Amino acid sequence: MFTRRLRLGAGLSVLALAGALLGACGSGGSDSGGGGSASAVQDALTKGGTITVWAWEPTLKDVVKSFEKKYPKVHVKLVNAGTGNDEYTALQNSIKAGSGVPDVAQVEYYALPQFALTKSLTDLSSYGASDLDGTFSTGPWNSVHSGDGIYGLPMDSGPMALFYNKTVYDKYGLTVPKTWDEFLADAKKLHKANPKAYITNDIGDAGFTTSLIWQAGGQPFQTDGTKVKIDLADAGTTKAATMWQKLISEKLVAPTGSWSDEWYQGLANGTIASLVTGAWMPANLESGAAAAKGEWRVAPMPQYDSGSNDTAENGGSSLAVPDASKNKALAYAFLKYADVDDGVQIRVDGGAFPATTAELQSSEFQDKKFPYFGGQQVNKVLAQSADDVVDGWTYLPFQVYANSIFNDTVGKAYTSSTTLQQGLKNWQSKLVSYGNDQGFSVSSD
Amino acid sequence: MSATIPFLRSKPRSGTPLEPRRSVTLTLLCGLVLLYSLVPLLWLVLNATKTQPDLFSSFGLWFGDHFSLWDNVKTTFTYDNGIFLRWLGNTVLYVVVGAGGATLLATLAGYALAKFEFAGRRTVIAVVIGAVAVPGTALAMPTFLLFSKLGLTNTPWAIIIPSLVSPFGLYLMWTFARQAIPDEIQEAARMDGASEIRIFFQICLPLLAPGVVTVLLFTMVATWNNYFLPLIMLKDPHWYPLTLGLNAWNQQASTAGGEAIFNLVITGSLVTILPLIVAFLFLQRFWQSGLAAGGVKA
Amino acid sequence: MATVPLVVAGRPSRAARAVRRHRAGWSFVAPFLVAFALVFVAPIVYALWLSLFREQLIGGNHFVGLQNFADVLKDHQFWSGVRRVALFLVVQVPIMLFLALLMALAIDSARLYGSSFFRIAVFMPYAVPAVVATLMWGFMYGDRFGLVGSINDHLGTAIPDPLKPGLILASIGNIVTWEFVGYNMLIFYSALRVIPRELYEAAAIDGASELRVVTAIKVPAIRGALVVATIFSIIGSFQLFNEPSILRGLAPNAITTDYTPNLYAYSLSFSGQQYNQSATVAIVMGVVTMVVAYVVQLRGLREANR
Repeated sequence: MFTRRLRLGAGLSVLALAGALLGACGSGGSDSGGGGSASAVQDALTKGGTITVWAWEPTLKDVVKSFEKKYPKVHVKLVNAGTGNDEYTALQNSIKAGSGVPDVAQVEYYALPQFALTKSLTDLSSYGASDLDGTFSTGPWNSVHSGDGIYGLPMDSGPMALFYNKTVYDKYGLTVPKTWDEFLADAKKLHKANPKAYITNDIGDAGFTTSLIWQAGGQPFQTDGTKVKIDLADAGTTKAATMWQKLISEKLVAPTGSWSDEWYQGLANGTIASLVTGAWMPANLESGAAAAKGEWRVAPMPQYDSGSNDTAENGGSSLAVPDASKNKALAYAFLKYADVDDGVQIRVDGGAFPATTAELQSSEFQDKKFPYFGGQQVNKVLAQSADDVVDGWTYLPFQVYANSIFNDTVGKAYTSSTTLQQGLKNWQSKLVSYGNDQGFSVSSD
Repeated sequence: MSATIPFLRSKPRSGTPLEPRRSVTLTLLCGLVLLYSLVPLLWLVLNATKTQPDLFSSFGLWFGDHFSLWDNVKTTFTYDNGIFLRWLGNTVLYVVVGAGGATLLATLAGYALAKFEFAGRRTVIAVVIGAVAVPGTALAMPTFLLFSKLGLTNTPWAIIIPSLVSPFGLYLMWTFARQAIPDEIQEAARMDGASEIRIFFQICLPLLAPGVVTVLLFTMVATWNNYFLPLIMLKDPHWYPLTLGLNAWNQQASTAGGEAIFNLVITGSLVTILPLIVAFLFLQRFWQSGLAAGGVKA
Repeated sequence: MATVPLVVAGRPSRAARAVRRHRAGWSFVAPFLVAFALVFVAPIVYALWLSLFREQLIGGNHFVGLQNFADVLKDHQFWSGVRRVALFLVVQVPIMLFLALLMALAIDSARLYGSSFFRIAVFMPYAVPAVVATLMWGFMYGDRFGLVGSINDHLGTAIPDPLKPGLILASIGNIVTWEFVGYNMLIFYSALRVIPRELYEAAAIDGASELRVVTAIKVPAIRGALVVATIFSIIGSFQLFNEPSILRGLAPNAITTDYTPNLYAYSLSFSGQQYNQSATVAIVMGVVTMVVAYVVQLRGLREANR
């Protein structure tokens, strides 16, 4: 009967769909098509073509314009597919689905190992990346290496410094802290004088905490192929956790989340007096806390021992070429343009903080006066910080996941009597079981 | 029961169920609920008039130092090459095709399930209603992969096709059709030799009108406010509906070098909810009279 | 209305008519069912398939049978999420429906000044997308510079921070109530409007008070609508996702990645790339929700059809 046939037809079509899915869902690997070469890159530029770039960095718009002007046969489709985690989710989804993968993706340094280890990115060494030793500052250059390969070109960097509101500091008689002990003393003084004001804000931020550990010399995450060691109780980590715990226990940090509108308000009206954060902060201050123009200054990051100068990187992204890209040579050409050649200056002009040593050390860059910071030559401090970044740090091959559960575990230290170290221990045990679940062999000693 | 003879009844001390007296107390009490519903919207309107610095320095429920509603609206529509207008257009497209299609599909199916006797109709209802219980957000990944294989992701179809299925709409139309269409009408029309399609469109649809309008209203709200599935399905901001666009603008401040545009997010939000509210007010008259009429007839 | 002739020459046989109606019936339902198959059935089938496998970042895809289900049922993160939405359900749903019922009765009683204004105004929050609603309430909840903070400053009150772990579930409940009270009110109100006037006239003759009319006529008459609204609210509570997910940015320590089962499934998929476990959670939650909804429906309708 018609009706029965209709039902049967509907049932079959569902089964057929399911079958198509199942058949394809086992694979998902793309043909990597042999390593490229520098000449292939040149050819791609002359031949032309179209590439899709996923990035949220606003200064890339001008880079794209200039790139297309220089190579008229090339067309670049720049898409903002989300910020940070949102983009990584989209990237993972499209890689898994095997379609819609971009040719270039902006990947922050902490997320790069994850994509590299799951073979989702192209090794750029053969395209010419291995010749770029010395072009970039240490932190970012290390961060784009994974195993023996190079999986991205650094785009910007975030060497840390102390950004502080001079007007507030002067009002309450605070000295610019050179050590963490001085920082703690300032925190107490400020909060006592004005219970509404805080030296800085923190409600638990994975990037910030890992950078603190980095500065203290901790190396809690060590990877060797698929063997992972996680030790969040090593010397450096303990040093950082103990120091920062003092601020939390005595309630000296503002309970405001970064990037919220309350945070911007606090920065503008002086109730958040300073930030220990990456070199990309000036642009955000300028646009988000415009009312405080002229009040802020930049100083070197506080140290554990007076006289030392160790810093860390906080944030910053690279550009990478997914393995599923069909136009790797052209994609690499864009990477080189944006991160090594003319593109760098274009982005610096737009307010980005570069990762290339050439720009960082140029006098034009360092001598620039920033009206927002009362005319201070901010880049001198920041470039120095880039030089002082502690060597030897690595992220986990599943750092994106790790950061996503940071607040579940370490976050408890901010809302209960749990200490940072206990929270870190919980974080560690969750990470160990996740890693093992996912096929890595993870140990914690 | 004999009918009441109104003029013989003495005037009651308190209102009767049929001739109630208006109560100030009740109005005031309900006014509290009204306030509860409206204060956040008032916040939205007030804050859409503020510049970004003002947003952060003025009291939440009063105006800022500068009144810049017009500036905000203008900037909202011109920011980033007028992408907001594009988002608005996308949303209208999704709503017209998606909600319109959903209403059509639900009406056809609800009518058939209610007025035709064929084997399996109870199963259909049970399965459809049952499907509502499965968490949509957790099915997102399988749906995404499925649509990926079909090459539909990052296209308008990825939004429209899922919007075409409204289990609640089906349920509403099924209930409504059972009540609003007498069996005799169908029989009579069939006797006269009319085709089923004709019977549906010419005779039954007018009877179903109030239900149709209700389903249309609800599916319009659902598609206009659709957020989660589009979030996964769409990568290209050119196809974003307004909800995704606003979210993207909101996130913009959370990135190194990003530009905070909270004032545009707020103004954009205000613009986003206005069309729906207007649609409510407009459709409400039809739906209201329809239901009342349906009530009298029943 | 046309008269119905008793005998019409050449009228199709009864069997033929039945066939025609069968065919028409199915062809009317078909478009809906096709879309339904694509959008619901296929993903559910795929989710069932996924739940039987496990794919690792290193190591590929393996068949694991019911291992995922065993793991989920032992997972205390999952159960804490379930307990939380169950708590949410037994508190928020009655409050919201009660409020909606009161408003519907008040408007229906015609004893309000400006009842149509009330109807529209209370319904308006439903038109606001969850993103916007959460944004607005998120701001108002801010206890430093948000409305709560402002009120505390200006009036010297000590309203506690709605975003701290102890209160945040209630704060989310508030947002959800705000969003849906008008919607439910409308459902109840339209059901009330359909009550035949004769019942009221009879009650007037009997000299029944307003309160008696409400309890003896109005509420029982809309029992069907009450049950439906309850079921949909229960389902919505079990699926709570939008509001906690958007509020998470403001309160990342209070709202964990496993705060509700749906949020947990989302985190498993999109943060942890554990699609199989995510599909398993979805299926288990689906079953739990269906069972609860079915029980409510049975009890509710059994009394109505007494």
